This record gives sequence, C-alpha cells and structure tokens, in this order.
Amino acid sequence: MSAFLGFKPALLWTDALLLLLVVAVLLVVRHIRRHEHLAAPWRKVALSRAGMVSATVLMVFATIGLLDSMHYRPELPREPGAPAGAVRYAVEMRSLLDHLLDPLPVQVETSYSAPLATQAFNKTSMESDSGTVRDYPRLKFGGAHLSDSNTQWATDISARVLRGTLWGLATGLAILLFAAFVRGPAQALSRLFRWLVGNGDDAVHCVAWTVLALSVLGGAVATLAQGYHVFGTDKVGQDVLYQILKSIRTALVIGTLTTLVTLPIGVVLGIAAGYFRGWIDDVIQYLYTTLNSIPGVLLIAAAVLMTQVFMDTHPEAFETVTERADFRLLFLCLILGITSWTGLARLLRGETLKLRELEYVQAAQAFGVSSAAIIGRHIVPNVMHIILISLVMDFSGLVLAEAVLSYVGVGVDPSMISFGTMINSARLEMAREPMVWWALAAAFVVMFVLVLAANLFADAVRDALDPRTRVRGVA
Amino acid sequence: MSDSVLRVSDLDVDLHLGGKRVRAVAGVGLEIRRGETFALLGESGCGKSMTALALMRLLPDVAGIAGGQVRLDDEDILQRPEALMRELRGRRMAMIFQEPMLSLNPVMTIGDQIGEVLTGHLGLSGAAARTRTIELLTAVGIADPQRRIREYPFQLSGGMKQRVMIAMALAGEPELLIADEPTTALDVTIQAQVLDLLRRLQAERGMSLLLITHDLGVVANMAHQVAVMYAGQVVESGSCEQVLQRPRHPYTRLLLTALPEITGSNQQLATIPGQVPPLDGGIAGCRFAPRCAWVRDDCRSRAPVWQGELRDGVRCPHVAELAPLPEQLREPMARPLHVGPPLLQVQDVQVHFPIRAGLLQRQVGAVKAVDGVNLAIAAGQTLALVGESGCGKTTVGKAIVRLNRLTAGDIRYAGQPWASLDGEALRRQRSQVQIVFQDPYASLDPRMRVADILMEGMASLGVGGSSAERLARVDRLLDQVGLPAAARWRYPHEFSGGQRQRIAIARALAVEPKLIVCDEPTSALDVSVQAQILNLLRDLQTELGVAYLLISHNLSVVEYLAHEVAVMYLGRIVEQGEAKAVLKRPQHPYTQALLSAIPRVDVARQPQRIQLNGELPSPADPPTGCHFNPRCAHADRLCRQEYPPVTVADGREVRCHHIVQTGGAYVPAPLKPVLGGDDAISKLPQGPA
Repeated sequence: MSAFLGFKPALLWTDALLLLLVVAVLLVVRHIRRHEHLAAPWRKVALSRAGMVSATVLMVFATIGLLDSMHYRPELPREPGAPAGAVRYAVEMRSLLDHLLDPLPVQVETSYSAPLATQAFNKTSMESDSGTVRDYPRLKFGGAHLSDSNTQWATDISARVLRGTLWGLATGLAILLFAAFVRGPAQALSRLFRWLVGNGDDAVHCVAWTVLALSVLGGAVATLAQGYHVFGTDKVGQDVLYQILKSIRTALVIGTLTTLVTLPIGVVLGIAAGYFRGWIDDVIQYLYTTLNSIPGVLLIAAAVLMTQVFMDTHPEAFETVTERADFRLLFLCLILGITSWTGLARLLRGETLKLRELEYVQAAQAFGVSSAAIIGRHIVPNVMHIILISLVMDFSGLVLAEAVLSYVGVGVDPSMISFGTMINSARLEMAREPMVWWALAAAFVVMFVLVLAANLFADAVRDALDPRTRVRGVA
Repeated sequence: MSDSVLRVSDLDVDLHLGGKRVRAVAGVGLEIRRGETFALLGESGCGKSMTALALMRLLPDVAGIAGGQVRLDDEDILQRPEALMRELRGRRMAMIFQEPMLSLNPVMTIGDQIGEVLTGHLGLSGAAARTRTIELLTAVGIADPQRRIREYPFQLSGGMKQRVMIAMALAGEPELLIADEPTTALDVTIQAQVLDLLRRLQAERGMSLLLITHDLGVVANMAHQVAVMYAGQVVESGSCEQVLQRPRHPYTRLLLTALPEITGSNQQLATIPGQVPPLDGGIAGCRFAPRCAWVRDDCRSRAPVWQGELRDGVRCPHVAELAPLPEQLREPMARPLHVGPPLLQVQDVQVHFPIRAGLLQRQVGAVKAVDGVNLAIAAGQTLALVGESGCGKTTVGKAIVRLNRLTAGDIRYAGQPWASLDGEALRRQRSQVQIVFQDPYASLDPRMRVADILMEGMASLGVGGSSAERLARVDRLLDQVGLPAAARWRYPHEFSGGQRQRIAIARALAVEPKLIVCDEPTSALDVSVQAQILNLLRDLQTELGVAYLLISHNLSVVEYLAHEVAVMYLGRIVEQGEAKAVLKRPQHPYTQALLSAIPRVDVARQPQRIQLNGELPSPADPPTGCHFNPRCAHADRLCRQEYPPVTVADGREVRCHHIVQTGGAYVPAPLKPVLGGDDAISKLPQGPA
C-alpha cells in the first residue's frame, strides 16, 4: 500500500504519545460535555475574553505542532537497474508540515541574510566581467524573482502584503462562515454578522476577530514567504521562519508529554500521602523533599548524558537521525517529568488532607467503602480542578525550561530544531557588528506569544475552576 | 423625632450576580431610638445582613444601594461622600461581626488594634490610648487587661475575641452599635456571657443596639423592638412582646410554631413548606404567598402594602381575619424502655488523640477527647448527647460508627462485641449503625448524583439486591424523606440545605440501620427547615423503629426528640437520665448552668441565669478533681481533689459530690453557693459509688 502511496508513514515515539494525548483530551471533553456539573465551569471559561482569545492562539500553535507530528518517509526515485518490487525510502523523515511548507525547507542560502532581504548579509568576492568584485551577493532564493532588486523590492513587498492580506481575510471569513454553518445551517450568515459586530464584552466576538487577525497575519506571511525569507536566514542559510515553525512542535511536546509523566506520579503519591497519612505520608514527603533538594539541572544533565551514551553504543536501534533526536526528546520529557512532579504532589497532598476529613468521605467510610473506591469516587473528582489548573500552568514553565536546558546544552538533540537550540546558536551572533538580531528576536517573539497565551488561558481556567473564586449562589 | 438615632426609609439594595439583578433588600423602613435594642430578625438569605452593611455603606462590590434614605440624626448618610463616611464608621456607628476569628488581624496585638481606633477617632495616643484600652478591656470583662493588650488574637479563645471585637467597637464611643449575629459562632454558655455583656454595656452607655439575628430566643431576651424580615422586606414590626407573644403576620406566626420550644413534644411542629422565592424580579403578589397557610387569591396578584405605623405594623392586609392554626397532635413520647439488653452499649470508652512533639515525634501527651463514657441506647428510642463544642460528643458518635479508634473501653451491639470487629466482619455489620452529619453542604459529594449517593452504601454493603431493585429502593427512600423521585438524577448543589439534609438522612436509611447517629442534624438549618427535619426524624422513628443517638447543643431540639439525655462535659458524662426529668429538674451544676444559658423565646420560662465563669478547659490538660470545679460555684476542696463517683438521684445518674443519693425519689438538690469555703467539705453528704 505504501508503495502505492509513494511514501511510508513513520510513527515516532513522541508522535504516538502526542496522538494518545489528543485522543485522551477528546475523550475527557466528551465526558465533560455529558455532565452538567463538569461543563458548568468550562462554560465560564468560554465567557472569558482573554481566555478564549488565548485559546484560539493556542489552537493555532497546536495545529502547527500536530501537522508537524505526522511523519513519513518519502519514496526515493527508483535507481536504474533495481528490481521492480524494491522500493526504497529516504533516510530523512518529513512531516506533513514540511510538505505544506515546501519548498521552504530546501531553500537554503549560503549564510546569514536579513529579514526580507534580497542580498546576503556578508560581502563575498565574486567573479564578474570586470574581474573580482567584493560585494553583497544576491540571494539564491530570497527575492530571486526580481530582476532589479533595488527598484522593484518595495513595490513587490507591498503587493505581496496586500495580496496576502486579502487572501487571509478571505480564508478567515471562510473559516468563520464554516463555524457559523456548523453551529446551525439556518441563519449562518446572520450569525456570522452578529459575531463580527457584537458588543465588545462578548467572547465569541473577540474570538471571531482573533481568527480574522491571525488569518490576515498568516496570509501576509505566507505570500511573503513564497519569495523571501520573512525572518531572514541563519548561519548556514536556513530559513528562520521554517525553524520557528519546527520549534513549535518541540515546545508542545515538552510542555504536554512531560505532564504524562508528572501526572501519574504526582497524583498517586500526592493523594496517597494525604489520604493514608502515617508512614506512607512520611516516606512520600521524604522522597519529594530529597528530590527537590537535588539541583534539577545536574540531574537532567546526568540523565541526558546517559541517554547520549546509550544512543552512541546502540546505533543499530535507530534507523534515522530523526529517530535518535526523537528518543532524546522523549527522554528529556521523562527526566523533566521525574524532577517536576513534586509541586503537584504537594498541592494534592494538602487538598486530600482537607478532603479526607470531609463528611461525605466519612459517610463512605461508615459504609465500609474501600480506600481505593473512596479515592476514586470522592477524592480524585474533587481534586480534578487542581490537577487541571496545575497542568495548564506548568505548560508554560516547561516550554521555558526546554529553552534554558537546550541553551545550556543538556536539552534536545542539536539536530532537532527548538527554541532553545535557536537561541543557543544565535547568542554568539549578538556580538557581531552589525548585529544579527533576527533569529533571536523571532524565537523570542514566538515563544513569548505561546507562553503568554498559555498563561492567560491558565488564568481563565483557574478563575473558572477554583472553588475559592466561585460565588456560592443564594440558597 | 429627637429620640430617634437612625431612621431608614425605603432602602433598596441590588445584587448583581452574573448579569442578573437581584433586589436583596426591597423598601426596608426602620426606626431605631436612642438607648434601645432593636432586633432585626430573619432566616438566612432574607437580606438582614445586607441591610446592616448598607447602613454602614460597607456593601460588597456586587451589591449597591438602589434607593432610599438612611438618616442618622437627620442627616442622610447615603448622600455623604465616601471620604466623610470614615468619620462616621467606628465613631458614630460601629459594627461587630459573626466570626470573631476572621474579624481581628492575626499579626497585630489586641492593644494595637484597639489603639488604632482610638488614634483614628479620638486622637488618643501613647499612654492615654493605653489607659483607655485597658479601661475598655476591663469594661468588656477581660481579666488581666495589662497582659492581654500585648497578646495576639490566636492566644485568645472565641468568646474573648468577641469581647475584644466589642471593645474595639466601643472604642469610638458610638451612638449605634450594629451586631450582626454576634453570638452565632459561640457556645451557649459563652453566648450567654456575651449577651449579658452587650445588655449591660447598652444600658450603661445609653447606646442603641441593632441586633441582627435568626435566633428567636436571643431576640426575646435582648430586644425592646423587633422587625421581622422575609425575602428582602420587613413583614412585621413592633415591640418585642407584641411580636413574640401576639404575632400578626403569617410568617411570624408560623416561625414561632415551628419552634419545638413553643410547640412542645406532643405536637407536630408547624413547617413552612417550600423555600424563600428567588428575588430576581417577577414577584407579583405577596412574597410569602407561596408558603402561606392562609393564602388567598388576591395575595398572589397584589403586593401587600405596609399597614400601621413604622414601628408597629405588618405587611399583610388579612391579619385580622386569620384563623388559628389547627394543632396537629402526635403520639406522646413513650417513656424510656429498658427491657432486655440495650441495642448498643458503650462501656468506659476512651478516645485519646496523641500529641506528638520533637524530632522523633515522640508522644508527649494526649487530648482526652473522650475519657470514660458509659451509654446505653434502647432499640427504637432516642438518646441525646448534649454538651458544648469540644466536650467530645462528636468523638463518641464517631467511635460508635467506628470512624475512629478506641483507646480503651468496649462497645457492644445487641450484646455482641462491636468495637473489636475488624475487616470483613466489620463490613458485614456496618449497615446496622449509620450517621447523619451536621453540615449538609459538606456531607454530600458535589460530584455525585443523588441516586449514586444513595446507592453507594447499598453497593458497598450488599444491601438491596440487584441494581434495578436498588434503584426502586432509591425512589422509595426519596419518598420516605419527602423528596420527589425526579430528584435522583440531580446533583446536590441543586438542592437547598434542608433538602440536602433529607438526602443525607435517606443515605443513612438506605442500608436499613437499626441505629443512626445524628450529629447536630439541624444546627446548620433555619428554624422553619429545622422543624421539617425534626418532624421527619420522629416520623421515621415511629415508622421504622430506628434508634437515634442525637448529638446536639440545642436543648429544645433534644427536648422534642429525645427519650433520654446524657450531658457531657470535657470527655465525661456528668448527668444522664430520662429527658424530661433532666431538662426540667437538672441536678448537676453544669446542666443547670447550661439550661439557664439558653435564651428562651418564652421569657417567663427562662430560668434564673447561672453565670459560668471562664471557658471549657483544654481536654489535653483537664483540671484535677471534678473537671467542672474551676467554673463551678459550689466547688470545694473535695471537688478539686477527687473526680466524683456516680450518684443515682431522682432517677438519673449524676457525677457530683454535692448530690444526695435518693434512690429515685425527687429531692431538691442541696446546692448552695459555697464561696471559697473549703470547710464545707465536712458538711457534705458522702455519696457511695
């Protein structure tokens, strides 16, 4: 079948886990929608403007990350003389995102170039008719379609921006119309109109305009990227825009998969410590106090070095470079998870200590309900809001942690593009004169937007789920 | 009009809840005269606290004054700019709140907190402020004020904190003191102290007191003038005697007949069906019409107007034509039966909680929550366990339900060992003894539906057969406790406090227990709802023959439900016997003091107050000798040395050195105040153990 497709789907470990996570989230959403008391606080999130706008932005990031998680290996052109059935696939893995961005990944210049530039950043000696000239060479791809870059550049850029804006506007409206249609085929147009002109308090109104703004931005960038390097190129001539888009997946993987590790450890140990108390509590408290006292970076560095040694001694376990990098990423998530469950466990222990004294837990004990059933039925559902809030809040922390770790050199594999590796390779260029600022700035801005959106969303979730901020209705 | 301190007219307060506008206070008019205690009476959610906060202009952000006038000495304070309100608050009007624990700043000393008021309003500072602070603390009855002013709130007990709050309120020498449920968080004996203090201060200073409360007994004992609030409106106003003796408005009438104290244990308590209507607009007629026993057609369409004077009127046009409520008699309470072995027997039970300290968590002492308790509960009857908070009554209840471990002693159920049951044997027996908790908001898991809550016990203990049969049983249980079958798929938050307590009772009944421990089953509920639950508990006992261990500090509830009473003090039972006898003719000095401390609505029945000094000692370090001796007026040397043995007198067991053994016949207790006379020991009748 794969021969027929012309490619071979490849599932990396992180891809599989990410898919698992998406499925889990969808199941949870379905469960929440079916239970009125669970859905009520989320409806409050849906009323929060900042929360919904940031959720929209996060959705865009998530879509990019998920597209980048569908990996495949393209079929290589058949070598002359090879047997008919033998199909060979590229060693290089590509993702759906790479496919959509084509030819961005392969439009590699020789070295640095500024954003939207048509010429390289450095002078080189060039052979011309009049002998050797030292000048800024034209870029191979950036603005290559212009015959005279000096005169045509400005008009071309503005034309592209205009075209992109219109495209983006059209796409945005199409998306909104589709959404309005899904909400109810009748009166889809009038609903769309209400969304756009609704009063400022309405979260749907804000989301609609966010979708439009993001589409316009996306359209402009996309049209520009077809002829230029929108955010310039780096030392080896790679497009910075491409690197940023690839970094998003790394950040999302770190931010979400780590929680797959922290969640079971934190929840089980935290609730066990709070519910059973006594020596179990002592042991668990001792464990996390000790773990917290070890400098996390040292532990992570040691673990990452161990992985590196393992990978070096077992080259046969990894078919491609991407798999190697992926294995290291997975291991980083694991070790980050092992060092960061303590906060969650501590929170849950405190809450469980409070809950276990509540009368409905005692009533269950009077019925002889087993401890496991009490925890499952009474404790876990009632600490769920804490788990959710801390998950959303931890996300941004983990994204930042990855950047720092990769900067220090114990983060992701150097071959893997991430915000951390981008910043790491850009730091020396800050000292150049004139400065190469664009790689760092682009990484900074995108990461900032991602983390800010996550934090705002976390705030909205906390406001809605935290019972302390909830007003008890008049009885 | 010169003797009027505060005159409120047409006060409206709006609450903004999630986009909805709720009129929490609608057209309230009051007049408070100089030197009078004015009680604003109402159940929870009727808008009485909102009114008080509006008078001080201290409403929370979600609430706002929508109209009306609040005249303090002919000045409308609603017109004052906010900056000038500060001169008023604390100076001319002061307020004390319900929770003394939350009203004091925990990181400031008592002296500094009172000094702040003195500096702000009277410009006193330094030595002058200090002297005044000490005077104020002395005035509110705090012993050793020189030392106390350097102490922090956590070093004081609840009653002392409320005294400090009162001292703070008095510091600005206000003309009007607003007390919002000042004693609700306190025990009865402490409540009596604080109420006495308020009454004395008010008389001494000629201050006006606006007392906001839900407790009719407190009103009867304190107030000169009463206004009754219902659903944001004043429905009746008049002198205290008028309102409590000859109530006019249907709500006031029903409220009074809902009191077990008034109605007596041989009658069905009047209940007010339903609940306070939602106030978010759309009330066309009388707000009480849906719950009124005398409702007529025009009540539902036309809003009643105020009839009579501001200080003596009623919001009901039909008061003259209301027929008296028919009395619903019920079976008189049977005399306690002790035929054969009791259903449950508690023998010398001790429950101690270890106090650990130091690096190795070595045990350095124990809180003796329960320290040698004997009880016997007969099948199908009610034993009430009475005492103040911290006396260990809840711990006894939990020990009986096997929710905590006994340190010593034994419990037998139907003659079989109970306390020593373990594991599977215990699980098989657990359905016999169940518990209903105090707080209906904490006792139901908010994430479970009613049917799941009721079936949890059945599933765990294997009661009720298949799941279809269990579901049918859920319907039957809901019917038994007076809830519609449709309730089973709903979540607890959709129910009111009284309905939740019904669910909690149904949950206990689900496993067919023979004994239910009711831990303060009505103390979190309003009077009218309390009556519903008390009626329900009695009906269930008649119907199912279930026995109750009723844990309560509310003696009128005990009087209504209990066959027998055991009074507990500091981990031990001091008096135990037939309910009527114990409550009518208490023998132990503590029981006498406790009974006298309860404010009664029928002031004529109020016994002479026996003032108890101090507060409950710590159960970690009980006094030597009789536990009650530091607070007892009769204490002598013997009391300070030996714990009294059980004396059988007047058909009950009493632990007091001063009680004569009578073998059943009633002899008035030979108690005389013995003031510091240790020689009295020689005259004491020595009761054999």
